[in-house]
Amino acid sequence: MGKITNEELLKSINSKFEGQVTVAGEPYGLLTIETSPENIIALLSFIKTDPALQFIYLTDITAVHYPEQEKTIGVIYHIHSLVNNVRIRIKVFIDGDNCHIPTATTLWEGANWMERETYDLFGVIFDGHPDLRRILNVDDMTAFPMRKEFPLEDPNRVDKKDYFFGR
Amino acid sequence: MQNHPVYTDNDPQSENSTLNLGPTHPATHGVFQNVLQLDGERIVSGVSTIGYIHRAFEKIAEHRPFYQITPLTDRLNYCSSPINNMGWHMTVEKLLGITTPKRVDYLRVIVMELARISDHIICNGVLGVDTGAFTGFLYMMEYREAIYEIYEEVCGSRLTTNIGRIGGFERNFNTIAFDKLRKFLKDFPPVLKEFESLFNRNRIFVDRTRDVAAVTAEEALAYSWSGPLLRAAGVDYDVRAMNPYSSYEDFDFEVPVGDNGDVYSRFLVRNEEMKQSLRIIEQALVKLEKEPTDIFHADVPEFYLPPKEEVYNNMEALIYHFKIVMGEIPTPNTEVYHSVEGANGELGFYLINDGGRSPYRLHFRRPSFINYQMYAPMSKGMLLSDAIINMSSLNVIAGELDA
Repeated sequence: MGKITNEELLKSINSKFEGQVTVAGEPYGLLTIETSPENIIALLSFIKTDPALQFIYLTDITAVHYPEQEKTIGVIYHIHSLVNNVRIRIKVFIDGDNCHIPTATTLWEGANWMERETYDLFGVIFDGHPDLRRILNVDDMTAFPMRKEFPLEDPNRVDKKDYFFGR
Repeated sequence: MQNHPVYTDNDPQSENSTLNLGPTHPATHGVFQNVLQLDGERIVSGVSTIGYIHRAFEKIAEHRPFYQITPLTDRLNYCSSPINNMGWHMTVEKLLGITTPKRVDYLRVIVMELARISDHIICNGVLGVDTGAFTGFLYMMEYREAIYEIYEEVCGSRLTTNIGRIGGFERNFNTIAFDKLRKFLKDFPPVLKEFESLFNRNRIFVDRTRDVAAVTAEEALAYSWSGPLLRAAGVDYDVRAMNPYSSYEDFDFEVPVGDNGDVYSRFLVRNEEMKQSLRIIEQALVKLEKEPTDIFHADVPEFYLPPKEEVYNNMEALIYHFKIVMGEIPTPNTEVYHSVEGANGELGFYLINDGGRSPYRLHFRRPSFINYQMYAPMSKGMLLSDAIINMSSLNVIAGELDA
């Protein structure tokens, strides 16, 4: 396992971001924390540049949609410290109707397409992104298809109702 | 905002010419569009458009039970489907807390390393074709066929394999599979050696590839590159070594690293990885001899479909069959990230589960998607012909790019 434990990592983050960060658990040993859109870039920048942590490798940016929650969209960052071989997952929950979050392209160039994909599928607007356009879907699409209200198939079809399949 | 830049002379004053490279161009080996501004043969700027074969796998996955997601993963990187399949099975096993027997791990390692070899055969063979040498490609292709025949013995299919199940394999490896594997291990190394002697010191090849599209380790990390590309740039990050899965910690292998991240280094790294994969397979065969030969899946009846003959003759099997198919077995309400070393880099599965039969959210970290985004920026100032071989050596697979 890694050279630093999750407790040490959390202590280090809390020393700088006391009260700004809440722990959401450690599923399967991967420390998961939550923060706000105001703090996310400062937090990412801190864990990237701190000489003891060195989370220099951005593994992934994605999002998830919880329609029942107050803040419906969660943006999820997976960051990897190659030196310590520790990963961290950072979640930021934002409002689904007005979802703005600062871009991480200022820290990693590789965040560019990950954020475009997240925008394309969830409609998350990354403020400051150099080229925020759709990437996988066509330009004139109006919906954000990974949101839960977007149906997988045409709802008017009658041959594929769930109850035919016992669902 | 125009997402699909097309051939236009939008600036009549400009001396540059616009070239639509793709979406279907024989030199790009897939559906890739790049609109390039050319000054003579030099690229001034480029815009990549992707998504031509976007099939919304992440959305489809939210509506399918876990075991029906495996065929979706086949179609990510279809040059090495077994790695995707195994990565997905291991993600679900991690979620459910299933530990697999050692024999299953070793069988998986064999299949995954074969997949890596077949992927690298294509990539390096095609790189040769793009530099003008067709022989190496044809010569190596025969051994991809040999690998596909091994898949056929194991699972019945060749390209989109759907190999294995959650918990192990759907059936045991037969003796023909092992015979073919041993034949492959005997026949392939001399061919690989000959392939290397065709290229490694070939003046034309080296002139075309050395210092072309060189990438520093810092740039590669900033763009989140992974796999052979990152290692060619000098960073020894390999998921198999760093976060071993499927008992990779039991194997003795080296992680080859290149020096300056150019096309030539990537070629050498991939060749060396094939040799390391052969080493791993040989070790796995030795280790398998010590394992009981009848175990090919974990003992998890609530997630592993029973054989059909038992379903119709055995009450317990019928019940489990019914519960699995109807999705009546509770799963943990949590989230899991698992990554494997795909042929192109870190292939990650991020699964958020709500306790039901299908994922609440499933995200694939697709190495081709992340590796390819540097293509347009890095092409600036490059010759068009160099940009073509650069794309070959990135080994971008359209299925993995577009999901």
